[in-house]
Amino acid sequence: MSSPEQGRLRAALRSGRFAVTAEIGPPRGADAQAIVGKADLLRDWVDAANITDNQGSHTRLASWAGSILAMRSGVEPVMQLTTRDRNRIALQSDLISAGAVGIPNVLMLSGDHPTFGDHPDAMPVFDLDSVQLIWTARLMRDQGRLLSGKPVRPAPQWLIGAVENPFAPPLRFRAQRMAKKVAAGAEFIQTQFVFDLEIFSRWMGEVTDLGLEKRCGVIAGVGPIRTVRAMEFMQSKVPGIHIPDQVVRRLRGVTSDQVAAEGMALCVETIEALREMTAVAGVHVMAFGQEHVVPELLERAGVPPRTATAPSATAGSNREDHDAR
Amino acid sequence: MYRLHRLLRPNPANLFLARLLERHPRLNRWFTEAEKQVKGAAFGCRMCGQCALPATGYACPMTCPKQLRNGPCGGVSATGGCEVYPDTQCVWVTAYERTETEGRVSDLTLLQRPIDHREWGKSSWINYWQGRDEGLWTEDDGLTRTHLVLTDLRAGGPQE
Repeated sequence: MSSPEQGRLRAALRSGRFAVTAEIGPPRGADAQAIVGKADLLRDWVDAANITDNQGSHTRLASWAGSILAMRSGVEPVMQLTTRDRNRIALQSDLISAGAVGIPNVLMLSGDHPTFGDHPDAMPVFDLDSVQLIWTARLMRDQGRLLSGKPVRPAPQWLIGAVENPFAPPLRFRAQRMAKKVAAGAEFIQTQFVFDLEIFSRWMGEVTDLGLEKRCGVIAGVGPIRTVRAMEFMQSKVPGIHIPDQVVRRLRGVTSDQVAAEGMALCVETIEALREMTAVAGVHVMAFGQEHVVPELLERAGVPPRTATAPSATAGSNREDHDAR
Repeated sequence: MYRLHRLLRPNPANLFLARLLERHPRLNRWFTEAEKQVKGAAFGCRMCGQCALPATGYACPMTCPKQLRNGPCGGVSATGGCEVYPDTQCVWVTAYERTETEGRVSDLTLLQRPIDHREWGKSSWINYWQGRDEGLWTEDDGLTRTHLVLTDLRAGGPQE
């Protein structure tokens, strides 16, 4: 188990090395192997993998348990934590627990509303919002206190992550919303899928105008579209995903057996374009149910396996102004 | 709305009224019910008792299905619709549009502290006039304060 201070993701962000994160969606069953199998596919290629927290409001194995299983399999986890299902007592409890078992990264978000999941009849909690939870996490870590004021000793030492969607209205407020998360304590941000580089570049420009990329690593979300049906599902059933017309035309313009290849090519091009943007700290690859394509995707985009760039705590910083922990 | 708000600002008269109302439960109930009716009709107020309206372009964040007080979630549709109720405009899109028109977008960048759930159903005006709302939001990024998320209002502050 790596100590949080020497986490791969932290080291990548600190050194300015292009970071790679991916996603492991936990299973619905009591099946440890489901995590191990995905971890095996990703291990050599990612700095860390997000373990989602009942994604899409569908009940799954808990993100803390998935994080422990990933660590046992040699993959550094990013434990996701949504405010949808827990009040501030349970959220802080999970954050303390994550620190105690050595989970090196936590990522806070509000989460999809229960109406989207398998229990639309569930009570939506939302006691805190995502900004308040990020703020709470930093209070716990840096000041060693709970919201109640009670001390937390020893304080947990995870890296604090958050999310942002540069493509959802109000577009002109999105960089400022990220600024709120950074002010609250976020040290890295993963974005929603980037299919529209134009909007992303404009948002990134606003982010750099505010100087946020120097305080917080911006990890751009990417993923290959496998089928036209998958694309339609993302457009209609997953809140907040924006797929521009030119992408839709491109994927509809090929025969159905070629869509997966075209989707891969598109994703490779997107990663290449993101690597050209100096303020982008890395990519977050979301390939639900097709984790096996992640190595090929990264290799084709010229992102080397992590084994080739083994992190070192003493690695010199080539991005001096980057003060992410 | 911002002009109207000036009338509501704490002053000796409404401070006196707030204290009087808290001493008389029946008056307090009537007053609270009146606030509920007025603000319910005007803003869809849910009576959280800790009013954020002056800092959100008078779009009530508690009408958001996730009750987000620090800005929109990532699920807003391309047309500005709510993730949960697509036919309704996201309250934060409304807040952004209004504050932009008024030149007050910076209001939305304030950090809103967690609310106190014991205040549901109580009059936010009575709280406001007595200065209990002063810590609801902050311009501070929390780096210089010792108990950054904690409201100063909470009795005793940080405890061992």
